[in-house]
Amino acid sequence: MATTTITKTEKLVGKAMRRQEDPRLITGSATYVDDIQMPGMLHACILRSPHGAANIKSVDIAAALAHPGVAAVYVGKDTEKVGPVPCGASLPGLRVPHHYVLAIDRVYFIGHPVAVVVATDKYIARDAVDLIEVEYETLQAVTDPEKAIGPGAPPVHPEWPDNVAFNYHQEGGDVDTAFAQAEVVVKQRITSQRLIPSSMETRGVVADYNTGDKALTIWSSTQIPHLMRTLVAQMLGAPEHKVRVVTPEVGGGFGSKLNVYAEEALMGFVAMKLGQPVKWIESRRENCMCTIHGRGHVDYFEVAAKKDGTILGIKLKLIQDLGAYHQLLTPAIPTLSVLMMPGLYRCQNVRADIVGAFTNAVPTDAYRGAGRPEATHGIERMVDILAAELKMDPAEIRLKNFIHNDEFPYATGTGLSYDSGNYAAPLHKAMDLIDYHNLREEQRQARSQGRLMGIGLSTYGEICAFGPSPATPAGGWESATVKIEPSGMVTVMTGSSPHGQGEETTFAQITADELGVGIDDVIVLHGDTAIVQYGIGTFGSRGTAVGGTAVYFALQELKKKIKKYGAMLLESEEVSFSDGVCVDHKTGKSVTLAEIAGASHRAMKLPPGTQPGMVETYFWEPPNFAFPFGAHAVVTEVNRETGDIEIKRYVAVDDCGNIINPLIVAGQVHGGVVQGLGQALWEQAVYDDNGQLITGEFMDYAIPRASMIPWIETEHTVTPSPVNPLGVKGVGEAGTIGCSPAVVNSVVDALSTLGVRHIDMPMTPEKIWNLMEGARA
Amino acid sequence: MRIVQLTVNGVSHEVNVWPMARLMDVLREDIGLTGTKEGCGEGECGACAVLLDGELVNSCLIPVMQANGSKIVTIEGLSGSLQEAFLQTGGAQCGICTPGMIMAAHALLERIPKPMLDDIREGLAGNLCRCTGYQKIFDAVTLAAKSA
Amino acid sequence: MISQQFEYSAPATLQEALDLLANEGAKPLAGGMSLIPMMKLRLAAPEQLIDIGRLRELNYIRREGEQMHIGAGTTHWDVESSPIVRAHCPLLSETVSNIGDIQVRNRGTIGGSAAHADPSADYPAAFCALEAQFKLVKKGGERVVGASDFFVDMLTTALESGEIIAEVIVPVEQRGTGVSYQKCVQPASGFAIVGVAVRVSSEFVRIGVTGLGAKAYRATNAEEIYTSTHDAAKAAAVVADGADSNSDIHASASYRKHLARIYTQRALKEAASRMG
Repeated sequence: MATTTITKTEKLVGKAMRRQEDPRLITGSATYVDDIQMPGMLHACILRSPHGAANIKSVDIAAALAHPGVAAVYVGKDTEKVGPVPCGASLPGLRVPHHYVLAIDRVYFIGHPVAVVVATDKYIARDAVDLIEVEYETLQAVTDPEKAIGPGAPPVHPEWPDNVAFNYHQEGGDVDTAFAQAEVVVKQRITSQRLIPSSMETRGVVADYNTGDKALTIWSSTQIPHLMRTLVAQMLGAPEHKVRVVTPEVGGGFGSKLNVYAEEALMGFVAMKLGQPVKWIESRRENCMCTIHGRGHVDYFEVAAKKDGTILGIKLKLIQDLGAYHQLLTPAIPTLSVLMMPGLYRCQNVRADIVGAFTNAVPTDAYRGAGRPEATHGIERMVDILAAELKMDPAEIRLKNFIHNDEFPYATGTGLSYDSGNYAAPLHKAMDLIDYHNLREEQRQARSQGRLMGIGLSTYGEICAFGPSPATPAGGWESATVKIEPSGMVTVMTGSSPHGQGEETTFAQITADELGVGIDDVIVLHGDTAIVQYGIGTFGSRGTAVGGTAVYFALQELKKKIKKYGAMLLESEEVSFSDGVCVDHKTGKSVTLAEIAGASHRAMKLPPGTQPGMVETYFWEPPNFAFPFGAHAVVTEVNRETGDIEIKRYVAVDDCGNIINPLIVAGQVHGGVVQGLGQALWEQAVYDDNGQLITGEFMDYAIPRASMIPWIETEHTVTPSPVNPLGVKGVGEAGTIGCSPAVVNSVVDALSTLGVRHIDMPMTPEKIWNLMEGARA
Repeated sequence: MRIVQLTVNGVSHEVNVWPMARLMDVLREDIGLTGTKEGCGEGECGACAVLLDGELVNSCLIPVMQANGSKIVTIEGLSGSLQEAFLQTGGAQCGICTPGMIMAAHALLERIPKPMLDDIREGLAGNLCRCTGYQKIFDAVTLAAKSA
Repeated sequence: MISQQFEYSAPATLQEALDLLANEGAKPLAGGMSLIPMMKLRLAAPEQLIDIGRLRELNYIRREGEQMHIGAGTTHWDVESSPIVRAHCPLLSETVSNIGDIQVRNRGTIGGSAAHADPSADYPAAFCALEAQFKLVKKGGERVVGASDFFVDMLTTALESGEIIAEVIVPVEQRGTGVSYQKCVQPASGFAIVGVAVRVSSEFVRIGVTGLGAKAYRATNAEEIYTSTHDAAKAAAVVADGADSNSDIHASASYRKHLARIYTQRALKEAASRMG
């Protein structure tokens, strides 16, 4: 046994470490679903409805079946017993239409799957789809949620002619008294338009059925491999332990892959029928039409206040465009908006009423922020509208209403407990960075020259780290297993299956610090239900806050065991473990982690009551959500001639608690902000009155390009979360949530001299030009 | 089916293909170089970008027959300071756009060895990324230009 | 996104290509930047593609006297990076640098863009302002058609069945002429919502407009007003008069007309400022 000099290794948490996953990504050696090739693999292509609403009179598959190379064609009646596509959310009185994997006798939205062709290659499969003859009787469609629940709208589902899927009411404090006492009430209709999440990798599924084992393996580009396994097994009536889901590299999700779709079960069905592996890769057009959309809100806000700007009460009537079906979390998303409707402000008197509206469109569901961007957009717009009404500065009114630092944990009128906060700090920092007071002077000068310059602020809060299990549909815990191999190398298995968030790096940083090993001595595995213990997944900014914490606790358990072995090997009563070495401070003798790992596997001798090996698994149940916050400040200038908006400065100050890896956090903020810019300025899923999706490809749906975006200046304040020992809060959605209200507030500020007080997104140049024309008239 | 000859990353291949097969598919499926990615299949996103006889093209828009006899470079054929710069700056997140982005950045630096920020924005305008907000990619290209 | 099956031929000479194009169901393929997406969307399904993109006979840029001759197979990048074009036809250089993205410019060709006649394409604005001539060839025939006759309607040109563009002919710009191309970009596709190409000298003014209507056009009414007044605003005010403006989710008809006026004014002013 060697006596080694103790060297303090450098701590990695907090350092801008290179990402462990990047070497494979930058060399093209990562494996995504579409990269999987298997002997005898068949290829599937799906025939989809060209109509928003229609009865299916007949489907003739004869010509497709006869096409050389076609192995099988299945229609709705073949798959009637598969499914239904699951809705995991429950609300009182929720109407849940039966969501078949293939339409039976009616289609409810454009892109609704009608038949699947399976062929020896994808070219043949695609050609054969065109050979299927479907006779449709087209029906009147409705895609506008307000029209859908209004009089005379065609029913999306004939059994529910009012198109109302649910009504939901939530109330806190005494709203009526607040409004009765108000000195000023401001009201505004605010929309958050439908968006297409547009992960750059579309969805894809490979399914393989071993007829001897009666075991099904599904490779799917998903955020939730274990939940998918449970749900797909249910959909197929297959025993769960004979279903394996493998999630290889995932090319982005943003919530759109926090779901179980018809295609996973459908490919499982095909593989089981044919006994051959089958691959289905979604085309970009299908991704636009058939993968969930986000947002889709029409919000009617009312805010009651005193003349000094103190907010007294908030009312919200929220109409949620659900689409034709409920996907996994569809009806739950607007309830998150309600939870966050008071934002960062000390207002206990809140009332919200949600109407969930069925429309002839693809379902909405979680998209980056999932309900919270809509809430933040609403309250942050309303606060600016109130400030304008009272002729107050937007910063001043926010500072006046913020929850105070000594009030945390703060119980909101919506039933949440905000964990920790220092809301003025990021606002002050953002104002300093952007030089707010001088900017206002600059703005006065610009206005005197006839220029339309605007300054916009948003101060946002969000619920992250989903979440305590009782508050989530499918368990809100996360799992981790940490193994020390006989050589001392470390394997971490996380149930939190990432798709670009860099968890292989951040979790390795946490592990390396706790065990005193190098980052390259740690590997983080995820996304294969045959390898990793049951887990929940990566969404809702929970990866590090919940998944990382599970890793941390597994490591604490492991360290107990390490110390037991260390004490045994050092023949000591008491040892300490740090920086990869167990030390008996009385004797000065020490033993390394690798030696301990070797001894625990060789098991010549065991510490009393201890098993051989070096593995610990921890399922961590968080006691609360975490609540990140921040402030964004944006300077814009509107071109008087064209309505073009130029973003001249963008400052984002985020407080996501402690930061594990600043490089990754900055990347999350940048990406989030640019998705927020997309919503504020360009993106909108547009259906026409017949239910046709006009923005069905990147030629018409404008996601931000490199040439379109401003430089984003990022800064942080750090307010650790008391909810988890890492003190982290989550950052995946922060940029998106903070962005859109800051940009809209800025442009409204620019146009305020023309009497403009609100603009709905996306703020296209034409919309701005029309506002300017209206003001001229 | 038709025979085409392609020299990919310096290696000659003869493959039997459908005439309408996309160059992207032949690279990925017949030649087995899956680093070239499909993002949209419509020529809008650049994930499938490769160098065809030295010029950046979207391989999803090229019927393979049109590339017969050509020299092609894919992400698997690149190595050096540009990729190193992506590592250092954190230019990748989910990684699906990354190979095409690196090919575009490579082509940009061939034409403009010391690009200004606006050159980079323009040079990468044909490559969509939904994760990074592009800023760390701009950093990567700037760094690569500096270290070259 | 996969197109239908088709046959493919790569003729070695232009003559061979024209022979093949005389067959029914044959369609020329150059850079493929317009045709291939149409085929993937299954809006076009030619049985046979005749690859003219690699014919050296169609790939050249040369000056002959007071005219520039550009082979139809010349890529946007070759035009953009050509010192001869920059020196003698700067409007083309400027316009072509506005097309799509690098990948499209590396592959797309001048002839392909003209033949596709997308109402939002950039090139046609310059063709109109330059009064470009198109040399059209088919098996056993050749003719020259001016830009104003070549663009007939949305995605429709004067090209007959079996006929292709062989060459685009534009004038060499005389000293003292200022040019400008001003474009409002459709953010998703990079096409022009409107694009205005202007040439102006002490002798004349030419204004070509794309994106506004079903086809690009020369705004002679605006030219006349500019010639008599030298007032960019007055000329721009009439540029959209009588045009049957497109309307889609990216811009309504009235906003497009407004943009045409604004961008015409900008192009006129910039071109005038560049008159040497």
